[in-house]
Amino acid sequence: MVRSTPGRASPLKVAMYWASSCGGCDISLLEIGPRLLQLMDMADVVFWPCATDFKYADVAGYADGYIDVCLFNGGIRSTEHEEVARLLRAKSRTLVAYGACASEGGIPALANLSPPNGLFETVYGSNPSLHNPSHIVPQTRVATEFGELELPRQLDHVLRLRDVVEVDYVIPGCPPQADQVWSVIELVASGGVPARNRALKVGCGHKSVCDECPREKRRMKIDSFKRPHLAIPEAGWCLLEQGFVCSGPATRSGCGALCITAGQACRGCYGPTAGAGDQGLALVTAIGSNLAARDEARAREQVAEIADPAGTFYRFSVAGSLLHGRREPLQ
Amino acid sequence: MTTSHAAAAPGYRRVRIDPVTRLEGHGKIDIFLDEAGEVADCCFQVPELRGFERFCQGRPVEEMPRITARICGVCPEAHMMAAAKACDAVYRVTLPLTARLLRELQYSIFFVTDHATHFYALAAPDFILGPDASPADRNLLGIIRKLGVEVGSKVIQCRQWGHEAAAIFGGKPVIPVNAIPGGMSKPITGDERRRLEEIAAFQLEFAKFTLKLFHDVVLGNPAYLDLILSGPYYHETHSMGLVDERNRLNFYDGQVRVVDIQGFEVCKYAPRDYSKHIAEHVEPWTYLKFPFLTAIGWKGFVDGQASGVYRATPQSRLNAADSMATPLAQEAYEEYFERLTGDASGRRMVHHTLAIHWARVIEMVQAAERALELVRHPEIANPEKYRVVPTEPPGEGVGIVEAPRGTLTHHYVTDENGLVRKANLIVGTTNNHAAICLSIKKAAQGVIRRGVPLTEGMLNRIEMAFRAYDPCFGCATHGVFGRPPLQIRVHGAVPEV
Repeated sequence: MVRSTPGRASPLKVAMYWASSCGGCDISLLEIGPRLLQLMDMADVVFWPCATDFKYADVAGYADGYIDVCLFNGGIRSTEHEEVARLLRAKSRTLVAYGACASEGGIPALANLSPPNGLFETVYGSNPSLHNPSHIVPQTRVATEFGELELPRQLDHVLRLRDVVEVDYVIPGCPPQADQVWSVIELVASGGVPARNRALKVGCGHKSVCDECPREKRRMKIDSFKRPHLAIPEAGWCLLEQGFVCSGPATRSGCGALCITAGQACRGCYGPTAGAGDQGLALVTAIGSNLAARDEARAREQVAEIADPAGTFYRFSVAGSLLHGRREPLQ
Repeated sequence: MTTSHAAAAPGYRRVRIDPVTRLEGHGKIDIFLDEAGEVADCCFQVPELRGFERFCQGRPVEEMPRITARICGVCPEAHMMAAAKACDAVYRVTLPLTARLLRELQYSIFFVTDHATHFYALAAPDFILGPDASPADRNLLGIIRKLGVEVGSKVIQCRQWGHEAAAIFGGKPVIPVNAIPGGMSKPITGDERRRLEEIAAFQLEFAKFTLKLFHDVVLGNPAYLDLILSGPYYHETHSMGLVDERNRLNFYDGQVRVVDIQGFEVCKYAPRDYSKHIAEHVEPWTYLKFPFLTAIGWKGFVDGQASGVYRATPQSRLNAADSMATPLAQEAYEEYFERLTGDASGRRMVHHTLAIHWARVIEMVQAAERALELVRHPEIANPEKYRVVPTEPPGEGVGIVEAPRGTLTHHYVTDENGLVRKANLIVGTTNNHAAICLSIKKAAQGVIRRGVPLTEGMLNRIEMAFRAYDPCFGCATHGVFGRPPLQIRVHGAVPEV
């Protein structure tokens, strides 16, 4: 049990920030439960917009390196996120990319699969409930009689935290699971990890989700692909072998195969396995080698049964993938 | 944070609150003071968009409950359920009884957990520690220090058991994955049902405890009661909420009812008709849109009977419903209306922004009572009837639930393979966007006064105006992004319409 930091006169200074995120990472920190009380004993929160009232100006006033550990969640979607990432990098001894969005782009990085331009027309021009007769769209600067109002510019693509600043550690997951998070907190508090490391993955396993999955592999080839709502899977048997696309083989372990225990296939939120690089490509390989098809024509037919392969294989990892972002408009 | 190059216009001074805190998501407030030190204007901006409506195009519709749950990690169940209901409509499936019961049970337990999180972690520091307490203490940890570890442990237990329930239903404790078109991805076992009953029973006791705490600490303190009843935190708007066939408040299903500032019904609609009743206005100075009632139209940033601005908050839901659906919540409802309007029947509307906190605690009681009813239903753990496989071709569907922060609408149009062609989402907080702007401005005008030096506590009192809404700008900024064109000019922060 962690009480205080050995050899430290003062408690750890901890910050948590959200960039382009949903708040689930912040909630995941609450999920450590009664251990929150221990965290209170050993750490002072010096910035956490979700739960405390420190402002950007407070952070800007801290000395460089003042924050011992900053847990940064969310992808980089706007110029504001870039600015805050740089600020927190300068103020933090250890900067952690916390969760799927900061580490691989996460769900919002699916936007990278669409061309960046020409989207205003969709939202401010053609949504069913829209009433916008003057075709107003938001501006980065708007002058009023009292002064100018500013908005950050939205970037063309969602970036990972490490695309913008140097990151010491990465905790994957959407969101990271409480026990994993706690093990990292204990490690940091005990002085067990060096302050700087090049995006070393912590708080996760080193194998694939299949290694944690309770379902049995029967060494059966995939006959045909099935959509999850259109067929009921047989209990106890590997979902992928039954034809339900599952990212388990290409996804890093650490979650405990939670989605699969709820009867749903893995969608890959813990990111690629160690050394695999591109998660979608790894899944293509895993699936390709398990097709029942005996010739190329049948294999093509089988693959065509998969609904939305790019958005499924790269559900959480577009920003970190070889696809990264479609640079040119489709048409 | 935008490194500001912009100055206030000559004769004005800018005070900026950036970022706004103790809420979900991003926002900032610019207050413009005139030479006399009075508030000339106050502008609340949402600086972010994530683009869900755009990048959901092309995704398989059955994945929408899993994808849109990531709009908000605080209320993922709300998006998951609205998405699943929209999917049910897309495939024209009718849920088997057990599936229907399981969905509402999961949702009710979630609702208690979510409201408790807002009350203790985000809202209560302003009341239990006080609006002028040091910002370093004004948070959940400060509350635990003040109220003691025993109460703190209960708060933590509520959150943790809520997570445990979410994991029983949906695998992942923070973001469950189990609602699918046609029902749920798994049934619950008898053992799981028994555990859920323990959790629901605890939640009901905790909700009653929280209601008592609210009475003792907030209503029992004349200074806080004055603050709640004061002018800067009062404005009249129309009210929206989901009701059952007897106009009782429902969180999971029913029709959307809107009442005017006096309580007369403006409209009542089924989910599929939402776009006949709600439309969204756009402003150039924020990424978030402003929904309004089409029956009245967008009249600008004004409140009152003649404005299309409405609110969709716990308070609005109590206004819009004729009664609560469970006995203890009904008792609390009558006391709330009696105390605030002098009429226990609820026929006179409440418009005190800070009293939204009280309404939220009353809703906690209803959600917990409902969870306990559902978990004891003889069909809840039926191992067969937890889902049905859709057989109709996919098309178009709308799903609505009451998210903790307001009425949540998901609308999908798919192609013949069930891939999403169009997605439109009007989320809880977005409903309240115009009202939040009005509340912040009114609070700023009331708090900041000529000749009184500006303090951090005063700025916090301005933030209290939006905190009452439990806003989630993570949810609200789900919309489409894009590169904004260059500058345009409007005269006045609030252009005339």
